[in-house]
Amino acid sequence: MNTIWFLLWAILWIIYFILDGFDLGLGTLLPFLGKNEEERRLIYNAMGPFWDGNEVWLITAGGVTFAAFPKTYAVMFSGLYTALMLLLVALIVRGVSFEFRNKVESGLWRWIWDVCLFVGSALPPLLLGVAFANIFKGLPIDGKGVFHGGLLTLLNPYGLLGGVLFVFLFLEHGALWLSIRTIGELRLRAGVMAARIWQVKVIVLVLFLGATAVATDLFATYFHYPFLLPILAIPIYGIFMSRNAMAEQKWKKAWFGSAITIAGTALFGFMGLYPRMLPSSLNPKYSITIYNGSSSPLTLKIMLIVALIFVPIVILYQAWVYKHFAHALTPQDLEYEEAY
Amino acid sequence: MDAVMLSRLQFAMATMFHFIFVPLTLGLSLIVAIMETLYVIKGDEDYKRMAKFWGKLFLINFALGVVTGITLEFQFGTNWSRYSEYVGDIFGSLLAIEATAAFFLESTFIAVWVFGWEKLSPKLHCLSIWLVAIASNVSAIWILLANGFMQHPVGYVLRNGRAELKDFGAVVSNPFAWQQIFHTLSGAYLLGGFFVLGISSWHLLRKHEMSFFKKSFRVGVYMALIFSLVAVIQGHIHGSEVAKTQPTKLAAMESLWKGRKYAPMYLFVVPDEKHERNSVEFLPIPGLLSLLAFHHPSAEVKGLLDFPKMDRPPVLLTFLSFRLMVLLGILFPILAFFAWRARNELDSSPRILRYLPWVIPLPYIAIEAGWVVAEVGRQPWIVYGLMRTSKAVSPIVSSQVYFSFVLLTVLYAFLGAVDIFLLFKYARKGPEPVETTTQAN
Repeated sequence: MNTIWFLLWAILWIIYFILDGFDLGLGTLLPFLGKNEEERRLIYNAMGPFWDGNEVWLITAGGVTFAAFPKTYAVMFSGLYTALMLLLVALIVRGVSFEFRNKVESGLWRWIWDVCLFVGSALPPLLLGVAFANIFKGLPIDGKGVFHGGLLTLLNPYGLLGGVLFVFLFLEHGALWLSIRTIGELRLRAGVMAARIWQVKVIVLVLFLGATAVATDLFATYFHYPFLLPILAIPIYGIFMSRNAMAEQKWKKAWFGSAITIAGTALFGFMGLYPRMLPSSLNPKYSITIYNGSSSPLTLKIMLIVALIFVPIVILYQAWVYKHFAHALTPQDLEYEEAY
Repeated sequence: MDAVMLSRLQFAMATMFHFIFVPLTLGLSLIVAIMETLYVIKGDEDYKRMAKFWGKLFLINFALGVVTGITLEFQFGTNWSRYSEYVGDIFGSLLAIEATAAFFLESTFIAVWVFGWEKLSPKLHCLSIWLVAIASNVSAIWILLANGFMQHPVGYVLRNGRAELKDFGAVVSNPFAWQQIFHTLSGAYLLGGFFVLGISSWHLLRKHEMSFFKKSFRVGVYMALIFSLVAVIQGHIHGSEVAKTQPTKLAAMESLWKGRKYAPMYLFVVPDEKHERNSVEFLPIPGLLSLLAFHHPSAEVKGLLDFPKMDRPPVLLTFLSFRLMVLLGILFPILAFFAWRARNELDSSPRILRYLPWVIPLPYIAIEAGWVVAEVGRQPWIVYGLMRTSKAVSPIVSSQVYFSFVLLTVLYAFLGAVDIFLLFKYARKGPEPVETTTQAN
């Protein structure tokens, strides 16, 4: 049961990375791709009907951590206090910029919310990457679950590399999304941007995997459970899939390749932790695992029923929304009175 | 200040700020859904324009409600990690169910509603706002079940050094929580009603879009009238539940120091916490408190002095907030009644139209005061009778909390000002003129 919940926990985070990943990446690209007001509005509306629903996956990932692994939630959230508060602020200013931006006819007003969207989109992948890389590496937590350190503890070279990796994974994801949802010149530039980011992304990913072998013991898990080793092939497959699809200008396929890269990288990290959730760098005995960090068997059972009923329903109706609202945007779409 | 006090202040600030936006979301989503349903049934374009106009105000308000809600879920872990560990087995599940069963639905279909005016059939489009309205309300129910557990813990067993779930049915049928649910929802609906009434009155006085705002006024007046009555009557039942389960809170609400039978209610009281008495008690109504709390004038009501000092909540704040809420609660049905009486003579600009815009802030004040009673009155417990607030805080240094408290306060103040500015702007602007609406469609 605890293992099932660990897998479900990992899957929820991965869905969050894949879905919010593209709109966070695209928000970060706004100043680089949106050359004029029309293009900037196209970028906003490309994320339009989706960003809010995507962000709920974060709430759910957080909520499920709370419900299924309360101790993990408690130690993780209090230990990463300042990083999480910055994440919150970023998500708040980003969320309101969608709604506020087009409500007042003023260049300065729009510029303010464009800055908020950019900062609020760039910061979360950086913070999430830093946080998870540090978890892979081990956090300074003692036997009572007290975190010995602060924000600066997290900003070590490996943590920062994790942050940079997340930023580039999401940037690529966002550029490809824009290629799907626009036409003409903007699509062309988004495609060129995606190809460039792809190169950097691959370098960072290789560096990260190399550093992971040195800075963490994630690979030890893979030697312990050799049947997990094929997981490593997933991100590599995704990387080549998006490269080939980009060469053929098949943007949807390239986006899925990017999604597979994100999923594979995250899955590699999560499975490398198993059965730990928050390894302690002070003493392996203090690590929070899927056993000592979990809820009671009854809660896990009830929550599993809830998850098995509702998560597929959510995926179904969100897929329906994507099917009906993810068409390529034209300038006419901006004349729609409710558009961002 | 220590981490406990700072965390309490931060939580109070973040929650009260969040709750400026939540009640209107709950009330107005329902009102917009009703308007769009009328459009689908009657085919009257005015109702469609109403759904769009009130829907726009709904969205401006909703944006800030959503983003400030994330803070609350995170804060249990960041600031109250001991609490999260202790009750996460129960409390965490309720929050997680809220996210999966309700919040997803709300956030996904609000976007469908916004972007779907031309893509979906009118019926399907109307369904999307109903899904939003239902999901918001279901979401409130799960959150209040979680809060209900803090107020009156049930269905748990103490095991492995924490509260573990024993009976899920008991947790979701917690009678205290359901009283809170009815009280909060009726408060939110009456707030939505007065919001629509106030803005409609402002336009009616200026003879803007008379037919549009007369119809809006009618929808608003029924919401306000029905739910202000429900809030008062049900509020009384809720009070009796508090008397039964949280005697210290009741004593603080009434500033009753010495427990007694035939407890009177004083119309005018000045509590003096330092000397554990009331410095002024004036105009008693004999036996009324006993009657209200326990439905019998001779019933014994416990006083604050019946409990050790360490178990008593702050009296003055709880007392004043309660009085304020009750006063406003009595005022609402009266105001709604006068508005209802004027519903057929709106063309002649009855005087009530001049007052109604000023009534808009009052339900907000009443609702916030109500939450102060519920949360401050629960102190010193984070889970009533089970865990003290002082034992619940995270093992973090207070400078971190200080930093986040200042950061969030400044950010919220700024965003709150922007949001209210936009609400004013779009509320005054009124609906889009008919020509452009028909063109766009």
